Amino acid sequence: MPRTGRIREKLRWSKIYTFSCIRHPESINADAGPSLSLSLSLSLPLPGPGHSRIVRCNQPRAHKRKPLDYPTNYISTTKYNIVTFLPKAIFEQFRRVANLYFLLAACLSVTSISPFSPVSMIAPLAFVVGLSMAKEALEDWRRFVQDMKVNLRKALVHKGNGRFSNKFWHKIRVGDVVRVEKNQFFPADLLLLSSGYEDGICYVETMNLDGETNLKVKRSLEVTLPFEDDRSFKDFTATIRCEDPNPSLYTFAGNLEHERQVYALDPSQVLLRDSKLRNTSYIYGVVIFTGHDTKVMQNATESPSKRSRVEKKMDRIIYILFTVLVLVSLISSLGFAVKTKLEMPSWWYLQPQRGDNSHLYSPSTPGLSGIFHLVTALILYGYLIPISLYVSIEVVKVLQAMFINQDLQMYDEETGNPAQARTSNLNEELGQVDTILSDKTGTLTCNQMDFLKCSIAGFPYGLSSSEVEIAAAKQIASEESGGSVQNGGGIDYWENGGSGFGSSPEIELEGGITCKIEKPRKPMIRGFSFEDDRLMQGNWMSEPNPGTILLFFRILAVCHTAIPELDEETGGFTYEAESPDEGAFLVAAREFGFEFCRRTQTSVFVRERYPSSAEPIEREFKILNLLEFNSKRKRMSVVIRDENGQLLLLCKGADSIIFDRLSKNGRMYEADTSKHLNEYGEAGLRTLALAYRKLEESEYSAWNTEFLKAKTALGPDREAQLEQAADMIEKELVLVGATAVEDKLQKGVPQCIDKLAQAGLKIWVLTGDKMETAVNIGFACSLLRQGMKQIRLSPMNKELITQDANKAVKEDIQKQITNASQMIKLETDPHAAFALIIDGKALTYALEEDMKHQFLSLAVDCASVICCRVSPKQKALVTRLVKEGTGKVTLAIGDGANDVGMIQEADIGVGISGVEGMQAVMASDFSISQFRYLERLLVVHGHWCYKRIAQMICYFFYKNIAFGLTLFYFEAYTGFSGQSVYDDWYMILFNVLLTSLPVISLGVFEQDVSSEVCLQFPALYQQGAKNLFFDWYRIIGWMANGLYSSLMIFFLNIGIFFTQAFLRGGQTADMAAIGTTMFTCIICAVNMQIALTMSHFTWIQIVLVWGSIATWYLFLLAYGESSPLVSGDAFRLLVEALAPAPIFWAVTLLVAAACNLPYLIHISYQRLYNPMDHHVIQEIKYYKKDVEDQIMWTRERSKARWATKIGFTARVDAKIRQLKGKLHSKVSSLSGQTVVATPPPDVL
Amino acid sequence: MMNNLGASAAGSSSGSGSGEGSAPRRNSKRPKYSKFTQQELPACKPILTPQWVISVFTLVGIIFVPIGVISLMASHDVVEIVDWYDSACIPQNMTNDKVAYMQNAATDKTCTRTLKVLKNMDQPIYVYYQLDNFYQNHRRYVKSRNDAQLRSADEASETSGCDPEKTTADGSPIVPCGLIAWSLFNDTYSFKQGNENVMVNKKGISWKSDRDHKFGKDVYPKNFQNGSLIGGAKLDPNKSLSEQEDLIVWMRTAALPTFRKLYGKIEVDLKANDSITVTLKNNYNTYSFNGKKKLVLSTTSWLGGKNDFLGIAYLTVGGSCFFLAAAFTVVYLVKPRKLGDPSYLSWNRSPLGY
Repeated sequence: MPRTGRIREKLRWSKIYTFSCIRHPESINADAGPSLSLSLSLSLPLPGPGHSRIVRCNQPRAHKRKPLDYPTNYISTTKYNIVTFLPKAIFEQFRRVANLYFLLAACLSVTSISPFSPVSMIAPLAFVVGLSMAKEALEDWRRFVQDMKVNLRKALVHKGNGRFSNKFWHKIRVGDVVRVEKNQFFPADLLLLSSGYEDGICYVETMNLDGETNLKVKRSLEVTLPFEDDRSFKDFTATIRCEDPNPSLYTFAGNLEHERQVYALDPSQVLLRDSKLRNTSYIYGVVIFTGHDTKVMQNATESPSKRSRVEKKMDRIIYILFTVLVLVSLISSLGFAVKTKLEMPSWWYLQPQRGDNSHLYSPSTPGLSGIFHLVTALILYGYLIPISLYVSIEVVKVLQAMFINQDLQMYDEETGNPAQARTSNLNEELGQVDTILSDKTGTLTCNQMDFLKCSIAGFPYGLSSSEVEIAAAKQIASEESGGSVQNGGGIDYWENGGSGFGSSPEIELEGGITCKIEKPRKPMIRGFSFEDDRLMQGNWMSEPNPGTILLFFRILAVCHTAIPELDEETGGFTYEAESPDEGAFLVAAREFGFEFCRRTQTSVFVRERYPSSAEPIEREFKILNLLEFNSKRKRMSVVIRDENGQLLLLCKGADSIIFDRLSKNGRMYEADTSKHLNEYGEAGLRTLALAYRKLEESEYSAWNTEFLKAKTALGPDREAQLEQAADMIEKELVLVGATAVEDKLQKGVPQCIDKLAQAGLKIWVLTGDKMETAVNIGFACSLLRQGMKQIRLSPMNKELITQDANKAVKEDIQKQITNASQMIKLETDPHAAFALIIDGKALTYALEEDMKHQFLSLAVDCASVICCRVSPKQKALVTRLVKEGTGKVTLAIGDGANDVGMIQEADIGVGISGVEGMQAVMASDFSISQFRYLERLLVVHGHWCYKRIAQMICYFFYKNIAFGLTLFYFEAYTGFSGQSVYDDWYMILFNVLLTSLPVISLGVFEQDVSSEVCLQFPALYQQGAKNLFFDWYRIIGWMANGLYSSLMIFFLNIGIFFTQAFLRGGQTADMAAIGTTMFTCIICAVNMQIALTMSHFTWIQIVLVWGSIATWYLFLLAYGESSPLVSGDAFRLLVEALAPAPIFWAVTLLVAAACNLPYLIHISYQRLYNPMDHHVIQEIKYYKKDVEDQIMWTRERSKARWATKIGFTARVDAKIRQLKGKLHSKVSSLSGQTVVATPPPDVL
Repeated sequence: MMNNLGASAAGSSSGSGSGEGSAPRRNSKRPKYSKFTQQELPACKPILTPQWVISVFTLVGIIFVPIGVISLMASHDVVEIVDWYDSACIPQNMTNDKVAYMQNAATDKTCTRTLKVLKNMDQPIYVYYQLDNFYQNHRRYVKSRNDAQLRSADEASETSGCDPEKTTADGSPIVPCGLIAWSLFNDTYSFKQGNENVMVNKKGISWKSDRDHKFGKDVYPKNFQNGSLIGGAKLDPNKSLSEQEDLIVWMRTAALPTFRKLYGKIEVDLKANDSITVTLKNNYNTYSFNGKKKLVLSTTSWLGGKNDFLGIAYLTVGGSCFFLAAAFTVVYLVKPRKLGDPSYLSWNRSPLGY
């Protein structure tokens, strides 16, 4: 099997490539024959600090001993191991202030200072901490499993004697020689020795490292080329001296000593872990860095632990409660000190004079007693701080995360990946997102190109619509059928060919754009969605310009750098192309009947199929020169000699570049083609223009000598010379046509962006791609549209090498920003939308300290922001700028390792898990497999989780205040002595058992509106973004409610149980009876309260709320039946005293009702006169008005969206506005009889 | 649906072509459908409509007001005689130094009071003593007892927690130990109607479970109140603790500094305008902390003793619910809101913001 690659003829790519294989002088020198002196001189700077690593190739055993004992390839990203788990996890737990407080309280509980028994302090704490630690352990275990999956991957490793066998990744050591096959990941950082290509080239996909999708060419040293099969490694030895492990991905310094000669190494020989071998059948490499020494692992930063805003606010509330606690304790201990000093001496029944040595109750030292009492009070009123809040929230969040993981509507059938909440800390943050920062490739697009349309000789071909067009048409159709109110007043914008969403109406906009919506036929061929019979099956022969069309196809088939590969199963060819565009072209050419089938060192063979002959004709095109694509040139050309001996230059490139290089008589189709190019651009397609030039023999040979001179030149300006040479020949071109390739958006991206925009979210695109591509995608996903004012920020196009170049550029950028801000300020049209497109270089300046706020305010004013050519670091910086500059919640979404920085920096990081790289997912907080699931994740889960957590926290504070303060009131009646009116056990159970489950069920199951409604009314999302449910007003309201309840509970009980008998039998109530009754009241009141808070009752909530109350009575019964030594005064209390007393039941009913009265009034009033959106929607749903009055329902749905300037809706709106504008001028000329359609046109 | 998705998978799965062969993995990761995990459990989603609001308030009013009335009636049926005797039982010459009078063991502290029965009182009539400003709920006091010792004779030496009244000066354990027992109330009352003694039944005044399970039948007072520190009453060393009902009642500490405790039951009816003579021994020192002492004779109703608070509270809550029901009705009639009226949606209310 490893031999198959060898079947293919070996190509020496270095001969074909012009630019990317530029060799350093020493290697060129090495071509001529290694020169020892030069190599040695180069190796001189190496020894020194930071370059101490020595690798003995093919001698892994040498690396098991010191000093070459480097770490193995085992990776571990876990936080703990078995030994460190306990101490570390416990330490983590007690870093929380609240937990530390409870720990101190638990420690003090063994002394007599504590008002409670030790068990009542320690048990809840142990429970709470134990649960949190169990969760930590579980999460760490998952990480471990994930690591082991990677560690247990297998790679072919040289075992000695030229035999290779599979070895687990984690067993690979430095010095091992490994063989990596096509499409495999490199297990460690390798030094490339040789590859399936004769000259040691290989292609590497580094998407996981830097997110760049184009393949990179790596090249081995000449000296290692002979090691090209398994056996040759039998006696291979060499020594590598190189730099120490470091995180820099693009540098490498070292040398290789082989047979006593030293060769310098550079980054082009290094294959990094987690990148992937592409287009190359196999490579051999020697391991230089393993495990955590590899560049990618060195780059891995520990993901910062993120906390949601709600939790941060909750912490502040806890601090407030701490303050209240301290205050209350101070009052209490002051009262105690005064009482002790002034009154206690006369309380003979306490034997004040016989104070024990602890000074706890010593009238002679009231100050000291007061201080001791302060500690007591701090513990006693600790119930103000909900100990179980953190753990309850954690439980709730884990369950919420489970719902996210289990959501079938976020499960991707294609990749088989469900959505995953990787941390559950941020669930509620999902409901408050303001800005989404998105990566492009792999996130918005699938990095797959589809040949869709073309323009040849001024004729447009290709009938299929791009996804953008399809979606736009659908949108229009649904707008039309749903909110067709504007259609009333005789205004007829479009012919209505059908109705309803998903049907296939043909919509004709007045502008004359016809888009046909058909059931999108699944493209049978990957990369080819072209549909036009005029060009297929050889029909092109009967088109007006068959010659040009032929040329067009030939350019597609010949002008590229791809390699064909025979698919043995189907007999067809697949192409290994450097960029997906090229692949799409070749597939297209094949489908048109020009199948590229073979490439040799000098020729390209194309099988041309004509309708006239049954058998395809194989033609040979001699490739004389290849001037390949790079981002600076933006074009590629080949010089060929066809079978007739004709010399041709075939060129494809960016339209602007090509148009500049056309000859006078080559501009025949320019006008038509550029019109088509505009249309394609508007439809979100990537375009390239194709051109050719006939060369005269003499002209060519003159140029070729010039070119060869440049190619063999040495020195730094070699590249410039080459470019100049290329420039000379790539001119006087004749335009043939243009191609339009769809950079396939991931499914549902435009719709999702539209919905997110309607939910009030801002979307920024940060991409490493070049500006044109980014803008195209901007159009494709409706982030940009025609009529939007584009502000492009890029540095001046001058390459100043002067000293103050930086300054000049910076001033230029500054000026651009100021101008743009000015422009926006002066804009008067309310519908005007601006788009900011900024280039990576400009961003470097814009992100500088003095300019960034100006930049941010400009960016915030723009409807959409696209940053192109940004480095991973800049992505993170932009994210930080938005996060800190606006103070709003940011969400970063991306799929590659280049997005890791941004994912970690943002408040929420989302990773796309569909693709193979796991870097982004590993760093993310949530992973989804498609961008479109973001909508559901935010609008449904985010909305729910936010409301749930917010309500839950508020309720928590309420119940603990209601409970905790009753303890304080009671103190005033006990001379502030620190006695609690409740039994210790009641208090343990209060938070842990009796009130915890209903609140957890609130946090897990509450739904204000169903998921469909959430999606239908994106504006509901703003309730979270505006933080309506966790603002101070609401928090203080709940606290006041708690205060009121505590007053009611305490004073009603005290008043009712005052001194008189509470039973027919004449007994009066003692402390146990009053305490228990009061506690019963609390349990009933708070559980009733939570029932009022909920709006969604499944059997679970019902069982839990009633169950909590029932549990209390059952507990009381059981506790009363236990030994009196355990239960004390509560012994048989319920059975003997409370249950037979009507007053006990009467008080419970009274207090529960009285406590909930204000809240009931509040919600009744609010719903009646100031209903929030979800209230109204609940009512509509409840009365099934949505079914009865569907027009109203769809109207509201279309209105329930944030005013948005991006997305389809905005696009459609803009279109309608435009048409209306036209119409208005018509109508106003008819004056007077304008009938405006029913409701006010706030859609517009 | 499945077909559709499958086809698109073939059409657009990632470029490497390594997507095949992952079919088994797919199935294993696919979440299982259940109403629970999809958050689609059938649920009841009640809406607080005006009808509901008004009927809830009315209903609460309808329930609460009668309860309030019944409670008030029950409270009014109870006849209570309260006699405040602490200052009256101090001889005129000692009013300036009540504490000294109390602490002088030699003086005779007998005091006679006459109570007038205002209304007919049916037996059983409960006799209470009421103390004011006595912190039976003080932490030092509440904790100063040992339940194990009270319960079984074997644990007599178990005095932990009884500080500072654990042992006698020579170290032998006190039974019952602790401040509570030590400060047992020791005023005594005897009643006469005319010349006839009215018997006070002191049996069954404590809680049955206390007698049976918490105070041992074989536990006898030991070393109790024989030191120099004399607080409250002495106990008959020949009576087991389970029979010492005064102690049992006293040991149930009161929640408030003002409290009543049951002294006994009078099992004859008293007629209105009867005069009852009480001969009491004013032994208990409340004077040092300005506590008041009251003697209370009271009948009970089904609701217990005399206290209007419950009834008033019920009437207040019920009344305000009626008021609220009326208020909501009025407001609703004046300015009704149609439920589910979309014009109340935020985007319809402030179109500019959207």
